[in-house]
Amino acid sequence: MTLPRTPVSDTVSDTGPRLALSGITKAYPSVVANDAIDLDVAAGEIHAVLGENGAGKSTLMKVIYGVVKPDAGTILWEGKPVSIANPARARRLGIGMVFQHFSLFETLTVAENIALSLDRERAGGDLPARIREVSARYGLPLDPDRHVLSMSVGERQRVEIVRCLLQDPRLLIMDEPTSVLTPQAVEKLFETLRRLSDEGCSILYISHKLDEIRALCTRATVLRGGKVTGACDPRRESSASLARMMIGGDLPRPQHRAAKLGEARLVVDGLTLAADDPFGTSLSDLHLTVHAGEIVGIAGVSGNGQKELMAALSGERTVDSPGAVRLMGTPAGRLDAEERRALGLAFVPEERLGRGAVPEMSLAENALLTAHRQDLVRNGFVRTDAVRGFAAETIAQFNVKAGGPDAAARSLSGGNLQKFIVGREIRQAPKLMIAAQPTWGVDVGAAAQIRQALIDLRDAGVAVLVVSEELDELFEICDRLAVIAQGRLADARPTRDTNAEEIGLLMAGSFIAAGTESGRRLSPAGAVDV
Amino acid sequence: MIRLEARPEPSRTFRWASPLIAFGLTIAIGMVLFPLMGKNPFDALHAFFIKPVDSAYGVGELLLKASPLMLIATGLAAGYRANVWNIGAEGQLTLGGIAGGGVALALHGSTSPFVLPLMFVAGIIGGMAWAAIPAWLRTRFNANEILVSLMLVYVATLILSILVHGAWRDPEGFNFPQSKMFTESAILPNLLPETRLNVGLFVALAVVAAGWVFMEKSFTGYQMRVAGLAPAAAHYAGISSPRTVWLGMLIGGACAGLAGVGEIAGPIGQLQASVSPGYGFAAIIVAFVGRLNPVGIVFASLLMSLLYLGGESAQLNLALPSAVTGLFQGTLLFFLLAADVFIHYRIRLRRAARSTAPA
Repeated sequence: MTLPRTPVSDTVSDTGPRLALSGITKAYPSVVANDAIDLDVAAGEIHAVLGENGAGKSTLMKVIYGVVKPDAGTILWEGKPVSIANPARARRLGIGMVFQHFSLFETLTVAENIALSLDRERAGGDLPARIREVSARYGLPLDPDRHVLSMSVGERQRVEIVRCLLQDPRLLIMDEPTSVLTPQAVEKLFETLRRLSDEGCSILYISHKLDEIRALCTRATVLRGGKVTGACDPRRESSASLARMMIGGDLPRPQHRAAKLGEARLVVDGLTLAADDPFGTSLSDLHLTVHAGEIVGIAGVSGNGQKELMAALSGERTVDSPGAVRLMGTPAGRLDAEERRALGLAFVPEERLGRGAVPEMSLAENALLTAHRQDLVRNGFVRTDAVRGFAAETIAQFNVKAGGPDAAARSLSGGNLQKFIVGREIRQAPKLMIAAQPTWGVDVGAAAQIRQALIDLRDAGVAVLVVSEELDELFEICDRLAVIAQGRLADARPTRDTNAEEIGLLMAGSFIAAGTESGRRLSPAGAVDV
Repeated sequence: MIRLEARPEPSRTFRWASPLIAFGLTIAIGMVLFPLMGKNPFDALHAFFIKPVDSAYGVGELLLKASPLMLIATGLAAGYRANVWNIGAEGQLTLGGIAGGGVALALHGSTSPFVLPLMFVAGIIGGMAWAAIPAWLRTRFNANEILVSLMLVYVATLILSILVHGAWRDPEGFNFPQSKMFTESAILPNLLPETRLNVGLFVALAVVAAGWVFMEKSFTGYQMRVAGLAPAAAHYAGISSPRTVWLGMLIGGACAGLAGVGEIAGPIGQLQASVSPGYGFAAIIVAFVGRLNPVGIVFASLLMSLLYLGGESAQLNLALPSAVTGLFQGTLLFFLLAADVFIHYRIRLRRAARSTAPA
């Protein structure tokens, strides 16, 4: 493990740091989220805050933006002690924040959305003109009169950024801004951020994507378990050394072996499905085959039909044509989730709490949710001891950190609950495993473990389908890659014959304009820009 | 500054302590309330809590009133756990009474031992049929079962009224709106001499026990709990939502129908224009005070029954107005439900703003 280094600061101006935190502490009932954290941000620097999920990054940013009140510690803003009671106060000081999850009203226009967050005097009549001016200056093309619901995710992020820029911020906080962008859109965003930094605006950049931080940031503060564990110049570090600082140890690398293909276990043949809510995405004419002994990945920016496709495959939504979804050779379009599981399907959903697990119930009761076919129910009665045994074995085998089979699902961290859910599905010996965003919001160590579990499953001859937004992850574990965009699916291609660039263009929908009749379809919310 | 803070795990201590806190606070309120009415608070509390049960007859009445409450509340709890909100148990009870009473009148004078079992079966079917209407409308048209089941209460009452004013009226009853008195084979055997307590209590306890086994041990009961706690997880696991609604409504309807037969074949002994003093609605409170748990429901039904009797006793012995007894009963129920907050939250006293330096 690399020892923490002293900060390498080549951008600190002579007037002292723009923001200086010292001894910031914030405790919640069961966890100390921030423990005596010190952090300096110089004028005009792009400063990365790096850490696993649960390291305390988000809490710290909420303290700076006035959303959370710290239990102890002082904040110096441009040399003066301040108390930031609420976000409005933060904005008056010149602090702007772009959240990971956007807070826009879909039925309002860009200008209306922006006006809502501005002071009375700033929200005046010439606002559309000022929006055009700011968006042109920073290379963020934006039409003030467009409705948000017709905009892609990348465009919506622009609205959030322009909204912050209109308040002349001197510190901009970006919370995981690239998790919803294609590789090409990420490059555009970085240009904008560098220009802002050149003009003297400080940027706090929160991420767990190490390559991005090395490409963009000049300084990094590493958090682990609520404490600062190191500071460094990310440009002089490797991704591996940053990862070591972040998790305090070495990452296990997944083992890869050549795939031995078996019969087709999942065949999607001309699947078409109308969206069931106005902001959903309709699926049109999807084709996909997954064989025993291979991992097929589906890349794509979220909101392009992944949710609908997963529901149609898992049986949570049925389709009229039985042959549109064939599982283990059986036409399964009209079968419900329970009947599809009986055929040998296992499914790890995107949402863990509330869908993959019942938050209030114990792990044992949650094991029963899908694993009841493992002789856990007899004559209609639950075999309590067998259920607890199954849960205890799952906890041990998948290294879940939990109080035991009786711990409530919601008391587990995201990564540990995900390990439990993945374990529960794997231990039912499925023939076909479908996993949606299997490592979303999971810390680096647990993510590596989950990926390895999927690879082991593949090597045991199971057909595996993974849907993910993390391109790195898909390239790491998948044998073939397909791309979903605007409710259409590009044909799967062998991973070794493609690269991030090609996949990025497909994610932006390049195959649609070239291939079929019309580019934009029913679902503007899912559209992507490059 | 006082703050409520979520506990990481529900407190086991307060699971037991919360009813005691509620009872203590209610007594404290009584100590203020009764002197204001010019009554000795100790006399009043004696009238409320001791007087009703200081005789065998009193205990009999307590159990007699508790039986239908625990019966109905258990059935409702099965549905409530699954987010199936059957508010119309009063109507299902009435229909159960009509169906059971119909059998009793049709077999009037028969000495067959099968009359009572037949009445029970008819009552269960009647209650389930009435509950099936909101279940069908909910699963077929997504109609809100709260409104439908509630409105059907008034329909049921009017159907009973038509019958006892018309076809089923006792020709020798001086035009009173009531049926003939049932013959002995249609009346539940008495349990304790000098009381009105009958074997209906055992029926109720058996149903509560069966309800406990169903809710806590059966796979179907588990699936219904999942449907109530996390609908998306139920969907994910392939638990059928219409099946949950049907089961939740029918179990509630069956229990209420059974309670209806218990009333007409027990203390009433005939069909009248009204066969329940509102057990179907009171059972909703009993179900929640009992935390939707059959064991808790037994205690809650005894408490509710004691409150009914205590209110009457206080009105008779101390000439307290019914508004005051109602207020006192409401206070206890309020504190019981409110004190449950301590199971999931704890109180934190903290000084205001001491963290960051002022600007």
